Amino acid sequence: MEQRITTPITSEVTSNLSAGDYCYITGYIYVARDAAHKRMDEALNKGEELPIPIENETIYYMGPSPAREGRPIGSAGPTTASRMDKYAPRLLDLGLKAMIGKGKRTKEVIDAVVRNNAVYFAAVGGAGALLSKCIKSSEVICYDDLGAEAIRKLYVEDFPVIVVVDSRGNNLYETAIKEFASL
Amino acid sequence: MKIINTTTISDNVKDMCIEANYYLSTDMNSALKNAINTEKSELGKKILNQLQENLDIADKEMIPICQDTGMAVFFVELGQDVHIEGGSLTDAINEGVRRGYTDGYLRKSVVGDPIERVNTKDNTPAVIHYDIVPGDELKITIAPKGFGSENMSRIFMLKPADGIEGVKDAILTAVKDAGPNACPPMVVGVGIGGTFEKSALMAKKALTREFSERPTIPWVKDLEDEMLEKINKLGIGPGGLGGTTTALAVNINTYATHIAGLPVAINICCHVNRHTTRVM
Repeated sequence: MEQRITTPITSEVTSNLSAGDYCYITGYIYVARDAAHKRMDEALNKGEELPIPIENETIYYMGPSPAREGRPIGSAGPTTASRMDKYAPRLLDLGLKAMIGKGKRTKEVIDAVVRNNAVYFAAVGGAGALLSKCIKSSEVICYDDLGAEAIRKLYVEDFPVIVVVDSRGNNLYETAIKEFASL
Repeated sequence: MKIINTTTISDNVKDMCIEANYYLSTDMNSALKNAINTEKSELGKKILNQLQENLDIADKEMIPICQDTGMAVFFVELGQDVHIEGGSLTDAINEGVRRGYTDGYLRKSVVGDPIERVNTKDNTPAVIHYDIVPGDELKITIAPKGFGSENMSRIFMLKPADGIEGVKDAILTAVKDAGPNACPPMVVGVGIGGTFEKSALMAKKALTREFSERPTIPWVKDLEDEMLEKINKLGIGPGGLGGTTTALAVNINTYATHIAGLPVAINICCHVNRHTTRVM
């Protein structure tokens, strides 16, 4: 099924998403990857506030290439989500609603998605030029010293993603492969 | 004896970094295009079409094909009758990388130390493999390697008794485990034989081979064909979202090995299998 969704994403929206749905996201989303997640986790350990609002927000696992003059961003496709598995359950329990990345997640992350009525989307890996066209603005919010790994806030329009893990714990990576396996 | 100045080398390397990250080679391009016609999954077809669109946008609007513009890997064949003038060859290649990644708006993805992890901010140092060959030419191949697929690569130190069946299992295991993480459809580079490091190096170099160039050893050619067919029956598909296009090619290199061993290295590359070569 095709769906158009806007951020921030509520539980009402995630309840209606199913693994395999093709979605177009419009609105503000945050960008963070390895180093930024590590720093956010350390901040929480020290009892500090997160540098971004988290309730019903979306994090895109991505590190863009530099923007040319007059453009909001460079190439901007998803990075492998499993490297953020260590940190994701904690953020989901704090209210994070959606993650965009590519690749498999651990059982701990999938359990946290179900527990928090959240969603894990995949964007097409290696399509960074195409995906960059849906990004209308990009602003570094914090951790500027991390360069390509800084936390950014993006405004996206009709950003194409596919529901991989829905709020009931269905996992498209497992079901779709079975459908086409013939070995 | 031919004299080549380091400035010429840096200039060429700079251009090669940019070229490799904005345009795919002709064989990769047509393999991706052909896959659209054979893919059985509707979603798979849709993703393959998006990859075509992505290549068009990269080309026309000068946006790197993928944001992970890689760690710069080089295969250098230095003719023994070439004299390099003007400084160190390694420094010249790194200078080219520094300028290419800066002027070409490519992402700087290299940290100077694997534990301390501070970005070097210019994508150096490169990983350079040198080979001394007869002749008076300098042949440089760049293969910028993204780490989504690099992280899914494997080495198996098999026993001689495992034989070719063991090799097949090793390749299938690596591809299955890689699944959606390696951005399929992938290209699978395999090195069989040699030593621990030789097998890995052969697997990496296999990724740079043109698809039309086939192995001369009959069993190797047959193994490439069989493994490509088997991998495409795993069901992983474009983006790992199910389908019949999991790999575009399986390229295998082999070498002599020890009586006690059968090393097999599998270096997986995503569909953005970048490489370009220049001869000076």
